[in-house]
Amino acid sequence: MRILQIRKTDWAAGLEKSRKDHSLIGPVRERNNTSKFRELEVGEEPDFSITTTTMSPKSVVFPQSEVMFTYTTDKASPECNIMKVPKNDYSPRAIIGIRPFDAAAMNIVKKNFDTPDYRDPYWCDAYEACTFIGLAVTNPDSCDFSTSTNSGPFSTAGLDVLLVDTGDSFLAEVVTEKGASWMRSAGFDTKADHDAEETIATMRKEAEKKITSTVEFDNIDKKETLDLYNENFWESISFPCLNCGTCTYVCPTCWCFDIQDETAHKKGRRMKNWDSCMFPNFTIHTTGHNPRNTKLMRVRQRFMHKLKYHQSKYNQGIMCVGCGRCVTSCPVNIDIREVCKQMNS
Amino acid sequence: MINPYLPFPIRIEDIIVESEDRSLKTFKFVFLNPEDEEKFSYKAGQFAEISIPGQGEIPIGIASSPVEKGFIAFTVNRAGKVTSHLHNMKVGDVLGVRGPLGNPYPWDTMKGKNLLFIGGGFAFTTLRSSVVYLLHPDNRDKYGTIDVVYGSRSPGMLLYLDELQKWEARDDINMHITVDGTDDPNWKYNVGFVPPIAEEKAPKSAGDTYAIVCGPPIMIKFTLPVLEKLGYDHDHIILSLENRMKCGIGMCGRCGIGEQLVCKDGPVFTLAEVNNTPKEF
Repeated sequence: MRILQIRKTDWAAGLEKSRKDHSLIGPVRERNNTSKFRELEVGEEPDFSITTTTMSPKSVVFPQSEVMFTYTTDKASPECNIMKVPKNDYSPRAIIGIRPFDAAAMNIVKKNFDTPDYRDPYWCDAYEACTFIGLAVTNPDSCDFSTSTNSGPFSTAGLDVLLVDTGDSFLAEVVTEKGASWMRSAGFDTKADHDAEETIATMRKEAEKKITSTVEFDNIDKKETLDLYNENFWESISFPCLNCGTCTYVCPTCWCFDIQDETAHKKGRRMKNWDSCMFPNFTIHTTGHNPRNTKLMRVRQRFMHKLKYHQSKYNQGIMCVGCGRCVTSCPVNIDIREVCKQMNS
Repeated sequence: MINPYLPFPIRIEDIIVESEDRSLKTFKFVFLNPEDEEKFSYKAGQFAEISIPGQGEIPIGIASSPVEKGFIAFTVNRAGKVTSHLHNMKVGDVLGVRGPLGNPYPWDTMKGKNLLFIGGGFAFTTLRSSVVYLLHPDNRDKYGTIDVVYGSRSPGMLLYLDELQKWEARDDINMHITVDGTDDPNWKYNVGFVPPIAEEKAPKSAGDTYAIVCGPPIMIKFTLPVLEKLGYDHDHIILSLENRMKCGIGMCGRCGIGEQLVCKDGPVFTLAEVNNTPKEF
């Protein structure tokens, strides 16, 4: 394990230095006590006091709204009705302070956008441009259950570097060559003391101990899909749901999207926009027939997809990293941990 | 990296009005770049996204057949925003197509077997593609008997009438054309709904026949018990499902039925497979 030490007094200067070949993206506070990941302005530092940003960093590779193509509908143009690929910027960028559960979510979403049959070039190009400089969770939020989902507070899955805050400095576990390259670019090259590995292990145990909420999903995998689908508990689970879609927007592993054309004055663009299985419009046919026409069916779809279908399809656990955002954001207190418990029992 | 969302530019070469109420038109397209035709190499049963900038995209089964070269064809029902716009487009207009998408009918598995096609209404497009493929001299010997039960509301609503009549005259395919009702005294084919006509005319199966069924939900609902009665196992009954789609390549998530995505894992499923998934289609 390669561990470097970064003194906090050198941190800001290193970040600025790394800008020569990376743009920087990090967690920031916004109005109304919300927070998200966005590009950091020169001199601006990522806010490491936020453990779980309101919005997950999935937008770094999967923007809420993104131009796929541009076109003209002007019949006088020889290019009329022919889609053009826009020149998007995929220059290297470092995501500073992404939390281990959010990095683990990137690995899950990658299965959807980077497949043996098709690759989504927008997602894949943006993902490949990223170096993920993670920050270990030392003070987990109360709804964090990431130790159950293989994406615990010090997990390096999906990360290029893992930073551990030890007070006046960071210990930096370099996970990949991409991570090493960013560290060099920032001029962080001081080897950590010989006991660094032990320090990280101790801090990891302490952090994991602080996470007291857990989920189990091993039985869900063994159950038949249709048995779970036809369970009576969906009625009570979905009863309070408003179908507002907040859970799907804040979720780092929700990847469903819509494609919409926008035209004005014969010029247009084809957009890829976040969508949500909570909305009736998501599935309605032109005939008016809607295969998921009730709230119960839509709520069931979300939980079945995350906790059953994904597990059965890939055999690599559930489509959830235990960040707790949907639990904290839900206006009617629907709790995925409780749903998981019912499905698993 | 290949961009799977980028449509191939195509031009409308011909438009054929298929039905007496003008709600169904067949569009013949040619590729603006001839090399795209090769990239669009397809098999019967697959679909494509027809892409009209400013309107959107629609998933439509490919009605032309892989043995027909130089063009692709789709029969489109005027129903929503994109299809209504398409119905108003003219020969020579340019638009886009993405595909081929989804899985074809299981042609390799069905080799050497008898085939029964049951179609209703305008869901005969990929079945037309299949029959044209099968009747080609290169392919006819590879399969056993072919029976086609195809019905629509009235004679004027039957698709591809000229071709149906030509097939009727052949001795290597058994056609069972039917209409729900007609006041045409010269109507020489069957009158009746598809399920009872299938019960009367379709061959029984002893595990040697595959049934491919495409039609409106109500037709499928009453046809499946008929097929069971005729001895068809659930893994020998093949359906082509439809769901709302956007990406067509298994990424946008909306056409999911359980673990399966209709666009990428389907749209062709056996009844045995469908029985094991939530009925969300």
